Amino acid sequence: MNINLTLIIQMIVFAILVWITMRFLWPMILGPMEERSRKIALGLAAAEKGQQDLAQAERKADAVMQEARERAHQIIEQAQRRANELLEHAKSAASAEGQRLLAAAQQQIELEATQARDSLRRDIAQLAVETAAKLLEREIDARTHADLIEKLVAQI
Amino acid sequence: MVPSAATAPTPNEYIVHHITYLTNAAPRGLVDFSVVNYDSVFFSVLLGALFVGTFYTAARRASDGVPGKFQNFVELLVEKVDSQVKDLFHGQSKLIAPLALTIFCWVLLFNLLDLLPLDLLPDAANAVGFGHLRVVPSTDLNIVFGLSLTVFLLIIFYSVQMKGLVGFLAEFALNPLRLSHPLGQALVAPFNIVVEFASFLARPVSLALRLYGNMFAGEMVFILIALLTLSGGFARLASVGGWGLTLVSMVLGVVWSLFDLFIGALQAFIFALLTVVYLSQASEHHD
Repeated sequence: MNINLTLIIQMIVFAILVWITMRFLWPMILGPMEERSRKIALGLAAAEKGQQDLAQAERKADAVMQEARERAHQIIEQAQRRANELLEHAKSAASAEGQRLLAAAQQQIELEATQARDSLRRDIAQLAVETAAKLLEREIDARTHADLIEKLVAQI
Repeated sequence: MVPSAATAPTPNEYIVHHITYLTNAAPRGLVDFSVVNYDSVFFSVLLGALFVGTFYTAARRASDGVPGKFQNFVELLVEKVDSQVKDLFHGQSKLIAPLALTIFCWVLLFNLLDLLPLDLLPDAANAVGFGHLRVVPSTDLNIVFGLSLTVFLLIIFYSVQMKGLVGFLAEFALNPLRLSHPLGQALVAPFNIVVEFASFLARPVSLALRLYGNMFAGEMVFILIALLTLSGGFARLASVGGWGLTLVSMVLGVVWSLFDLFIGALQAFIFALLTVVYLSQASEHHD
């Protein structure tokens, strides 16, 4: 239990240890720690920015989607309208064509009926002239009495 | 302890054996600078090398990538010390934090040696021819004063550096009593000088003796527990009472080891913390 040279030796050893720690150990350990926390801070900032970018991209995508939906809606509506128009058009064209065909057929029928009536009249007139000639026992010249026959035909 | 009834030492011999240093010569008087405690110096340097080696290994492998467990442990220590020092010390200093780390780790290693079986290393030393061996350096006054006086020199250095020699000396006369009138101040100055100088000198003494007292008392309790089973050797185990005594000493040994582990860590922490506090006081102006 006394104070001796150990005290001085301990002070010197202590000073050497503190110097080694201060000069080498401390910076060697703290340097990478600070570098790591800087890296982590950068990483966190990048992650935050990434999230913001993602949110922005999502908003943009939503807007684009919305626009596309509206556009699709418009196109479908337009197409339907156009289809309806075409249908209406086709319908009216068809019915007009039908009307036209009907009218032509009726015209044809009427024409044919008129022709038939005319030919019938002519036959009847012929018959009447022949009958009259027989009755008069004399050939009636068809040419000379053509105007008479025409009058007769018109009367029938 | 030699477990033979024939050569068993008396309690007094056992205790004296355990508190005697391995020296080059028997010390004469209270202060004798021709004497060296080989055991204290050996363990002090060994543990200092262990501290530096451990941290150097960690530091060399340190990277700013994902740290391993060992690196984590070392970084935890460094970070705790760093944040503690930043809380207490407001100046810029490259020295304070490494100093605190060195003190804490080194003193903690000193104190942990107290947990080794009391007779293990002394008996081993005995076997190779050394008569005495004190294992725990923090139970040596030279070691603890070696630490605290170095800190004391640093306190003086920082004070003079920050306040100048005049400012440093003036503080003794201006504290703790401070009067606005110069004449009044001159009257209380002698009182101030006595009080301040005493408290200034008390710092290294209290720093050293707090650690020394705690660790020496811890070692003493281990010696007292060992005294329970000092005599009788293996013959003791022939009786129920001998068994009982052995069990009691084992239980006490375990309980005191846990307590001493706590004390050792706490004292290492207190030594480092007070060092930082003293140095931060030294480098601050009291205006």
